Amino acid sequence: MTILGFRTASLGLLTLLFSFLAQGEGTGIKVALITDSAGKNDKSFNESAYRGLLRVEKELGAEIKVVEAPDNNAYETLLRSLSEKKYDLIISIGFLQRDAIRKVAPRFPNQKYALIDADAGLPNVKSVLFEEQEGSYLVGALAALHSKTGVVGFIGGMDVPLIRRFQMGYEAGAKQANPKVQVLSNYLGVTPEAWNNPPKAKELALDQIQRKADVIFVAAGNSGIGVFDAVEAKKVFAIGVDSNQNWIRPGRILTSMVKSVDNAVFEMAQALKAGTFQGGTSRFGLKNNGVSFAVDSFNKSLLSKEALKQTETFKAEIISGKRQVPDYYLKNGKS
Amino acid sequence: MILFLRTLLGVGAGLGAGLGVAAYVGESPWKVFKILMGSSFGDAYSLGTTLLYAVPLLLTGMSVAIPFRAGLFNIGAEGQLTIGAISAASVAILLPDLSPFFAVTVAIFAGALGGGLWGGFVGWLKATRGSHEVITSIMMNFIAAALASYVVLYWIKDPTSAAAESLTIASAYQVAPWSIFEGASMGLALPICLAVAFVLHFALERSVFGFRLKAVGENENAAQYHGISRERVWIESMALAGALAGLVALPEVLGNAYKFKLGFSPGYGFVGIAVALVARGKIVHILWSALLFAVLQKGAASLDLETEKLNRDIVYWIQALIILGVSAEVLWSRIFEWRRARSRRKAQAPT
Repeated sequence: MTILGFRTASLGLLTLLFSFLAQGEGTGIKVALITDSAGKNDKSFNESAYRGLLRVEKELGAEIKVVEAPDNNAYETLLRSLSEKKYDLIISIGFLQRDAIRKVAPRFPNQKYALIDADAGLPNVKSVLFEEQEGSYLVGALAALHSKTGVVGFIGGMDVPLIRRFQMGYEAGAKQANPKVQVLSNYLGVTPEAWNNPPKAKELALDQIQRKADVIFVAAGNSGIGVFDAVEAKKVFAIGVDSNQNWIRPGRILTSMVKSVDNAVFEMAQALKAGTFQGGTSRFGLKNNGVSFAVDSFNKSLLSKEALKQTETFKAEIISGKRQVPDYYLKNGKS
Repeated sequence: MILFLRTLLGVGAGLGAGLGVAAYVGESPWKVFKILMGSSFGDAYSLGTTLLYAVPLLLTGMSVAIPFRAGLFNIGAEGQLTIGAISAASVAILLPDLSPFFAVTVAIFAGALGGGLWGGFVGWLKATRGSHEVITSIMMNFIAAALASYVVLYWIKDPTSAAAESLTIASAYQVAPWSIFEGASMGLALPICLAVAFVLHFALERSVFGFRLKAVGENENAAQYHGISRERVWIESMALAGALAGLVALPEVLGNAYKFKLGFSPGYGFVGIAVALVARGKIVHILWSALLFAVLQKGAASLDLETEKLNRDIVYWIQALIILGVSAEVLWSRIFEWRRARSRRKAQAPT
């Protein structure tokens, strides 16, 4: 290498280094997240979003801010204050924030927002919807295929349309895998307290087990832990929800219906950084890994090969559109 | 007046201790105080939103204070306001074709009536069956929550929403916010609720009704002896309490959300107990005490947003410490009295 060549090379390296450093500073994005009143450590839905945001901070070098709404009247105020602080993207978690975002977003047309689990229908809001019924259908099939008694259970948190959507998909999947299967369904309650009542969830699970259920899918936020206790005591199985919960009771949790809010958050931040972020509605289903069922070292030995094969076939058929999964929203007039 | 100053001392001590907690975790108390004030009164929008919390707390505070006069402890304001809100929303959805003035009047009346019946039932149970109002009013809270969710999910559900919420009420029922609040949902509810408080203040202090309430509260046997029916007072005061809680439908359903949302209340019924306690059951004092608790509730989110080390929970610390401070004030005044008595004894001793 000649001296000149060396010089050029080192100069080039330096420039590269500098531009890299500059890039690290210059394109830093600011992302804010508003959780619902359950807070960022709910071991489930909000926490998944928070995990995604932590990844955004680490991998994209973004500046992040997480705010936990103290009550349902606070969303509007928080959205307004954050909009005035010039965050590049404000992410609202949960359908309860829909009305607030509809009110605030039109006032700040240049501010970008994202809303998880509901459709805002505004040009500067990215609405992210998950096809919960698809993932529930698959775990329903897995439940029916692993049940020895021919009875499987469903325990929902608060009786709201979103959880009905889980239930409907689960029932359809179970019936498809085994037409003779019996599905027991219970809800914890009708108030938000239902998300936070493990003792009652345990009672309901014990009752279902007494009625011969040996696999129980629980979609009930913090209450799910009660169901896990019950299946451990009675040596049957549970299916977790939202986050991968297999690790909570190794060997007793058949699988988890994972809703990848974290990936959705990360992908949006990535698009924002690349300058391709757009408003509109995104649906995260089986085909783009928005929902899935978790297989890891904790439950690999619990799942039978034939059942997995059958379920994978269902999955492929749903993705290709050959198989229709009933959707509670469509059945009840929601587009 | 002395009582007011002592209460203020208790509030100050509680707030001071709460800010001390903030200092302990490493945020400047002055900064926390400034954020609380700024987020509540900083501009017209913030003021409007603070009032959005203060008006329901004013109503539930009175709802706790009035039966308290008659010696009853109303823990049921939460259920009563739920019934009031669902009643008002149901009327507004099922009768969409009324003229605006009439519509709002009917809906307010429906809210007060729904809450009033719910509260009055607790009083009636006590009067006729001797059931303790604390137990029954707590149980009625759960029944109210279940009933409201049944109505909202099966009768007036918004089918396009994933949340458990009703359809939007007809425009005739929607009470527009005042433009001075720059977008905050606060309007007619403010003067109406203030007027209610004004009327009730005089009713309690200057009317026969207020006297009967107080008579039963101070000594029910003496009241009975003087021909005041304690049973009637119980039913009346609980019905009035329920009606006040039911009026929360006005700021929340008719003035803010324009629909019934399940779980809309951040515990207004229970915070109302604290509001009434700090105000010593006096309506004039409930005005500022409701505002104080509204400032804290409103400030919770702002503290989370504006500081690095604090989250919304600091506000519950401050609330608890204020309640403690005010309760301790009773202790302080006892100490005062005891010392005064002792010095009097000393003064009398030589003679």
